[in-house]
Amino acid sequence: MNMSDPIKGSYILMESLLKEGVDTIFGYPGGSIIPVFDALYDYMDRFNYLLMRHEQGAVHAAEGYARVSGKPGICIVTSGPGATNTITGIGDAMMDSTPIIVITGQVGAASLGTDAFQEIDMVGITQPITKWACQIRSADEIADAVAKAFYISTTGRPGPVVLDFTKNAQTELASFQYKQCTYYRGYIPAPHVNAEQIKEAAHLINQAQKPFAIIGQGVVLSNAEKELMQFLKKADIPAASTLLGLSAIPTDFKLNKGFVGMHGNIAPNMKTNECDVLIAIGMRFDDRVTGNPNTYAKQAKIIHIDIDPAEIDKNVRTTTKVLGDAKEALTALIQAIEPAHHDAWIQSFEAYEQKEQKTVIEKELYHEGEHITMSEIVRKVSDATQREAILVTDVGQNQMASARYFQYKHTRSIVTSGGLGTMGFGIPAAIGAKVGAPQRTVCLFVGDGGFQMTIEELGTIMQSKIGVKMILLNNNYLGMVRQWQELFFQKRYSSTQMINPDFNQIADAYHIANRKVSNRSEIDEAIQDMLKDDHAYLLVVEVEENGLIYPMIPAGETVTNILTPHS
Amino acid sequence: MENKKILYTVTIFSENHVGLLNQISNIFTRRGLNIETLSVSPSAIEGIHKFTVTTYANRDLIEKVVKQIDKRVDIIKSFFNTDEELVYQEIALYKVATDQFLALGSIEELIRKYNIRILEMTTNCVVLEKTGHYDETQGLFKELSEKLTILQFIRSGRIAINKSKIERLSDMLAKLKEENQQ
Repeated sequence: MNMSDPIKGSYILMESLLKEGVDTIFGYPGGSIIPVFDALYDYMDRFNYLLMRHEQGAVHAAEGYARVSGKPGICIVTSGPGATNTITGIGDAMMDSTPIIVITGQVGAASLGTDAFQEIDMVGITQPITKWACQIRSADEIADAVAKAFYISTTGRPGPVVLDFTKNAQTELASFQYKQCTYYRGYIPAPHVNAEQIKEAAHLINQAQKPFAIIGQGVVLSNAEKELMQFLKKADIPAASTLLGLSAIPTDFKLNKGFVGMHGNIAPNMKTNECDVLIAIGMRFDDRVTGNPNTYAKQAKIIHIDIDPAEIDKNVRTTTKVLGDAKEALTALIQAIEPAHHDAWIQSFEAYEQKEQKTVIEKELYHEGEHITMSEIVRKVSDATQREAILVTDVGQNQMASARYFQYKHTRSIVTSGGLGTMGFGIPAAIGAKVGAPQRTVCLFVGDGGFQMTIEELGTIMQSKIGVKMILLNNNYLGMVRQWQELFFQKRYSSTQMINPDFNQIADAYHIANRKVSNRSEIDEAIQDMLKDDHAYLLVVEVEENGLIYPMIPAGETVTNILTPHS
Repeated sequence: MENKKILYTVTIFSENHVGLLNQISNIFTRRGLNIETLSVSPSAIEGIHKFTVTTYANRDLIEKVVKQIDKRVDIIKSFFNTDEELVYQEIALYKVATDQFLALGSIEELIRKYNIRILEMTTNCVVLEKTGHYDETQGLFKELSEKLTILQFIRSGRIAINKSKIERLSDMLAKLKEENQQ
C-alpha cells in the first residue's frame, strides 16, 4: 500500500493500531462497524482477533489482557446495543485503572441526533466513566484520535478510552500519516516527584517505630515491584496488599503480611490501627479497605504516595503526600531513608497471625466436615501450579476465597474486578488473560452465579481454543449475598438459592474437557487431570452450601472489628 | 474541616470541544451539587474556553470537586474562590411596558439610584440593563415589580476576576508544557 494515496477510514484505523503495536483485538461485529471488520479481513495475518459471544465479554477480555500484559486491551463493537453492552466493562476499567480502548461503531455523522437505527449517545453516556471519550466524525480525524487515545489510556493513571467511530468516517478516504501523541495541553500524566515531599516522607519514616505499608495496584502499574521490596527491606517495614495490589510482592517475601480489607488477614487489619506511620503506595483507601474512615488509622501519621492528585485526601486525610509515579517516588525514598530494624514490631504481628491460622485458616484448609470448602480447592490449585499461575476471579465468595488462599511468585498474577465488583467478569477476563500471557497457566475461580452471567463465552473458548482452567465453585447459591443474609438479615435467604443446570453437560456441548468433584478424595487427581495439558478445562467442584468467608469486617465498621467463626 | 455551606465560584479553563459542559456538570451531579449560575465564553487565549460556575458547598467537598474537574484530560486548569477573593458581576435585563414606565414619574431618581442603562425604547416597551451583584440586580427587580409589571426578566451567570496576584494562564500553560516534556 502506498501510504501517500488516500485510503479508507477503516484501513486508517487498522494501520494506526499497528503503529501502536497492537497485536490482539477482542470484538463483535454489527451494522455500524461492518466497514472496520471488512478492513480487518485484510489484516487477519497481523492481528490475533477473537470473536467473542457478547460485547460485555469483549470488553472484559480486553481488561484481562491489559491487566496481565501491561498493554492496552482493544475492543471493537458496533453502535447502539453493541456499544451499551460494553458499559459495565468500561466502568470496571475506570474503577480499576485498566488501560482499554473501546472502539464503537456509530451511525453516519449526517444521521447523528435523529434517533437513527442503533444510534446511542455513546460519548455522552461514557464521559463520566472514561478517562477520555471522543467521537470521530470524518476520516481525517482518525489517526490523531487513535494516537491520543493510546496516549491518554496508557500514561499516568491508566484508564478506559472510548472512540465512537461514525460509519461515514470508516468509509471515507483520507491520507494516512501517523504521529504518536506525547503531549496534550492540560493533561499531566504523572506529576514529577517533589524533593520536599520526599524529604518530609523520609523524615516520618525515619522517625517511625511501628511503620506499616499498604501496597496498591499503583506499584504494579508503574513496574515498581523491585523498588518496593528494596524500600521495605531497607527500612524493615511490614506490608500488606489491597485486593488489586496482591502479587506485587511474592507471597513468601518476609515482610509480606498478606491482604488488607473486609476479608483480609487479621494481622494487617489490626496493625493498621496500631502503627505509627502508615505508608500507602498506589492505593486509594477504598471503603472495602478502610471500613469506617472516621476510625481508620487515626493514631498514625499517613504518607500517601499516588499518581492521581484527586486521590489525596479524598477518603482519608494524609499527613504527607508524595505525588507521582510509584517507581519514581520509591526510588527517591530509598535514597532518603535510613536503614532500620523493627524486630519487635514485626514480631507483634505473629499473635494475630496465629489466631487467624487457628480460628480460620486451618478450619478452611484442613476441613474435617464432609463438604469441600472453596478455600481448600484454591490452595490445592495454587500448590499444584507451584505458585506460577495467574489467578482470575469472578466476584463474590469465590473471589474472596481465592484472593485469600492463592499464592504468588510473580507480579501481575491476579485479575479481579475490585472497584466495580462485576459478576460475570471471570470467564471473559480469563480469556483475555490467557491471550495476554499465553505461556502461563491461567486459573479462573468462579461461582455458579457469575459463571452463568457470561457463560456464552464458553463459545469463544471453544472457537479460539483458549486454554483456560476454569474451576467452578458450585454451592447452588449466590454465596456472598447469602452470607450477608445469614449474618445481617436474620437468615432470610431472599433470591439467593439457585437451581442450576448440569454444568458438565454444558461443557460437553462446547467440547470443553470437564470433570465434577463432590468428594475430597477426588480433588488431587482431578486437579492433576485439569493441569495435564494446555487445553481448556472446566472443573466443577460441589462445595459446601453454607460456607462463610471469614474473617470479615462488616461494611462501615472499624477495621479492628473483625468477625471470626466464633466471635 | 469546615462544614458550613457557602457560595463558591469555580473557574475552569478547558479545551473548546464538544461535550465539555457535560463532563463538568457530571462531576457536580454525581455529588448532588446544584449549579447556581453558569457562564461560558472564549477566554483571552484562542481555543481555550472559560467556565465560571457558582455552587453552594462546604470546603471539603469543593476541594474534591475541583480536583475531579482538574483530572479530566480536556480540562486545562480549574480552581475555586470565595466571594472575598473576587471581583464579580452579573448582568440583568428588564422589559417593561412603555406607558407604565413613563407613568412612574420618578425615572431620573430610579436611574440614578440603580445606575440603569436604557438599551431600547419603543412605543410598546422599554429594555433596562443593570449590572451588579445578585442582590443589586434583585433589588431593582423587586422595586420594579412593586411599581409595574415586568414583561420579561433575564439575569446572566456570574463572571469573576481574581483579586490576588495569580499566574496568567498563558504562563501556566508554558510551564505545563515544559514540565510535561521533561
